[in-house]
Amino acid sequence: MAGNSALTPVLHLVTCGSVDDGKSTLIGRLLAETDSIPIDTLEYAKRTRRGGSTIPVGEIDYSLLTDGLEAEREQGITIDVAYRHMNLPNGRRVLVADSPGHEQYTRNMAVAASNGDVSILMVDAARGVRPQTHRHLTISALMGVKTIIVAVNKMDLVNYDHATFEEIVGTVRATAARLDVAEVIAIPVSAFTGDNITAPSASMPWYTGPTLLGALEEWEPVDTRAGAATVATPFRFPVQFIVRAEGNFRGYAGTVVSGSIRPGDTVVIADSGRKAKVDRIVTYDLHTDGHIADLPVAVTGAAVTLTLDHEVDVTRGDVIAGIDSHVVEPADRFSVDMVWLGEEPLAHGRSYLLVSGSRSVPATVTNVRHRLDVVSGHEHAARVLSMNDIGRVEVATDKPMPMDPYALCRDTGGFLLVDRVTSDTVAAGLVRHAMRRSTNVVRHEYVVDSDARKLLMGHDAKVVWLTGLSGAGKSTIADAAVKQLHALGVHTFILDGDNVRHGLNKDLGFTPEDRAENVRRVAEVSRLMVDAGLVVFVALVSPFVTDRRAAREQFAPGQFIEVFVDTPLNVVTARDTKGLYAKAAQGTLPNLTGVGQEYEPPVSPELILRGDGDLDESVAELVRVILGE
Amino acid sequence: MSPVNSSAPTVPYSAVLDELEAEAIHIYRETAAAFKNPVLLYSIGKDSSVLLHLAIKAFAPAPVPFPLMHIDTGWKFREMIEFRDRRAAELGLDLRIAQNAAAVAEGVTPFTHGTHEYTRLMKTVALREGIDRYGFDAAIGGARRDEERSRAKERIFSLREPGHQWDPRKQRPEFWRTANTQLSPGQSMRVFPLSNWTELDIWKYIQRENIEIPDLYFAKPRPVVDRDGMWIMVDDDRFPLLEGEVPQMRSVRFRTLGCYPLSGAVESTADTMVQLVEEMAGSKYSERSGRLIDGEGGSESMEGKKKEGYF
Repeated sequence: MAGNSALTPVLHLVTCGSVDDGKSTLIGRLLAETDSIPIDTLEYAKRTRRGGSTIPVGEIDYSLLTDGLEAEREQGITIDVAYRHMNLPNGRRVLVADSPGHEQYTRNMAVAASNGDVSILMVDAARGVRPQTHRHLTISALMGVKTIIVAVNKMDLVNYDHATFEEIVGTVRATAARLDVAEVIAIPVSAFTGDNITAPSASMPWYTGPTLLGALEEWEPVDTRAGAATVATPFRFPVQFIVRAEGNFRGYAGTVVSGSIRPGDTVVIADSGRKAKVDRIVTYDLHTDGHIADLPVAVTGAAVTLTLDHEVDVTRGDVIAGIDSHVVEPADRFSVDMVWLGEEPLAHGRSYLLVSGSRSVPATVTNVRHRLDVVSGHEHAARVLSMNDIGRVEVATDKPMPMDPYALCRDTGGFLLVDRVTSDTVAAGLVRHAMRRSTNVVRHEYVVDSDARKLLMGHDAKVVWLTGLSGAGKSTIADAAVKQLHALGVHTFILDGDNVRHGLNKDLGFTPEDRAENVRRVAEVSRLMVDAGLVVFVALVSPFVTDRRAAREQFAPGQFIEVFVDTPLNVVTARDTKGLYAKAAQGTLPNLTGVGQEYEPPVSPELILRGDGDLDESVAELVRVILGE
Repeated sequence: MSPVNSSAPTVPYSAVLDELEAEAIHIYRETAAAFKNPVLLYSIGKDSSVLLHLAIKAFAPAPVPFPLMHIDTGWKFREMIEFRDRRAAELGLDLRIAQNAAAVAEGVTPFTHGTHEYTRLMKTVALREGIDRYGFDAAIGGARRDEERSRAKERIFSLREPGHQWDPRKQRPEFWRTANTQLSPGQSMRVFPLSNWTELDIWKYIQRENIEIPDLYFAKPRPVVDRDGMWIMVDDDRFPLLEGEVPQMRSVRFRTLGCYPLSGAVESTADTMVQLVEEMAGSKYSERSGRLIDGEGGSESMEGKKKEGYF
């Protein structure tokens, strides 16, 4: 039985707090006192001492139990999320995601909280609430953690003072009140002395609540508690793998990420809108009789294989959904809370790969609404997001995606953005709502199409994309080539980088994100012109591989001719027809390509022309390529 | 440990196993679908037996859609190799064997080259060569986060740079169940479906699912000698005995299986699964305490080995 338990057998616990709040000691003690640490590790923590430690050798230094990498031990810091196990006396497993406290690792905090049920938020009683406390509380709430345990630590250093505790808790509760947090449990503890960790403290008679371990034991998921509103959670099943086997078996393998399903239930394939009934829920219980065993029901978390009662088109990445509540509707514009993870900031208009469950699709961030100040909760106007920033953005996908609001389901409402060149994960997105149902904007199919226009024009439509440094000779080559083609009766047009910046793109500057948007707009206009039947020349620096690749993807194979006008920097600097290189040398033009900004040459362009070579030869070669000779 | 809180819900162990099983199956399916040429690294031991069982479950009723590869150092217990070949034949598996033939020809043994250099040549280098030879882009292994401290930071989908290098600072953040499986040229992935399992989970699951494992895990009189306070089994006549030394027969079993000269046996009488799981549940030592390969150079060595491309 793959995950068919009505219980929540595993509690995903997040531990967070500021540096030096004593988090390692608290987690170490909690693990040690629940017998979750092997003896050899305890012995290591008895004999090893970090520089500056005052704990006598022979006693356990609890902070050492959760030490990880050499790099961390050398520097005495925590640089990444560590995962640890703890068994509660009632049999529940706790999977602890131990998140570092340094501000620069906010992104790791978001990772840890993404699966979290409960966050332990550490506050140092002697130092009080700090910016990092608000930050971790806000990220926990944003990522969907419903229960916050405020562990006010080092109570022994403030003489177990009740008023100090209440003041801290009051501040945290005020912040929690403006966030989507279901409950806040506050516990005064001392990780160093062990007060209220697993055993009640004798030093704080004013506190009558549970110990930290007790609070974890009593925890139940917020939505299944007695008295909780019984809102039916919708069925969601992203298809990971198509299982084909003997006897015409065709099943859809995946994990139930929300709701539950029984044979006979009607489901809808989110993309096509087609409906079918679930025929079987297949698993493979080798231990019962060595044969395939069907299940009567599959609940959230179960990894199963579904078969349907009749043939419908289902592929990997499709979402099979219930029809009773929260009808899934694919859309291609979303309002999103985004956690930026990449070292390079977000670029508008740049094409990223959006990964939602088992499906990937090109997507662009079309707008940044604001950046969230995670300490104050204020929203600031922003144009970009940088590493560790959280903000509200708008995302456009190339194809409609059946994504849900994150609050409804983390797995179908959360997605990753992946850089298309480095393959790094650069952002995590949380869908707030779909902005436009793609069904409302249907492309009209006209009778006179591009094939009809081609006949009338007498030639293929293409885009000739000239890229290279400023002053490389792109416009000169385009001008000469167009002159020849025009004489041959070819319908042409030139989109010049400098010219479009006077009109269509006059709101854009020269930062990497503005350049991405510049390329996106020029590519869109070129596509319209290619649809109209023209041979379009684009003369644009377009320095970044990823932007040019996104432009290429707008066109059919063979329609996009990338031409690298390769002129050495010393030649263009000497020419300096526009005086730009002189300005850059004086420091008044910071983003000039080749000087203040990098130029990424094409990896496999259709043609490379030397901008300092013979112009007639270059043009003749280009015209041959365009005419397909 | 504090007494069980009477108001708290009680969770049976099988429910925990159900969730771990479902997570592993999810990881398997994602790996099979997202990568061009994945491979299951099969090392014959208990974790590999669980891995194989889960792979069969994940794709049933279809067969396992990728091959298995065993890194054979030439020094495994004879029983392990017999078990491997029998299981592969019974289950109709596509089993590949990888070995560092150059090192074998040079006469590299655990006795002559020190455990660190031996492990690097016979395991790490052999693994890298095997992956490169068959062009595998994802290698599925049985590593668990509870095994060793640096493993606690390991990802489920663990990225390797060109040359199989593991760079802890370049690992991808993992959100929800969503994995970024994109690879740039030269990169490959190591995948760990058992990341969140503990050693006891493995045993409980083997017991529940009635999974076949090598006999070496059960106590039986075996010929052993004492090496630095550890019982080492003399599995064949290549073992260099000391002058006049005679192996003694003791009732022992193995907690982890690897190269026989490097695997410490524990004295035990547990010869049934029930006794074994009882004994395991009572153990307070981590399983790697019986492995010589982690001992040399302190526990930091695992992180160092991983950076070189070890699992």
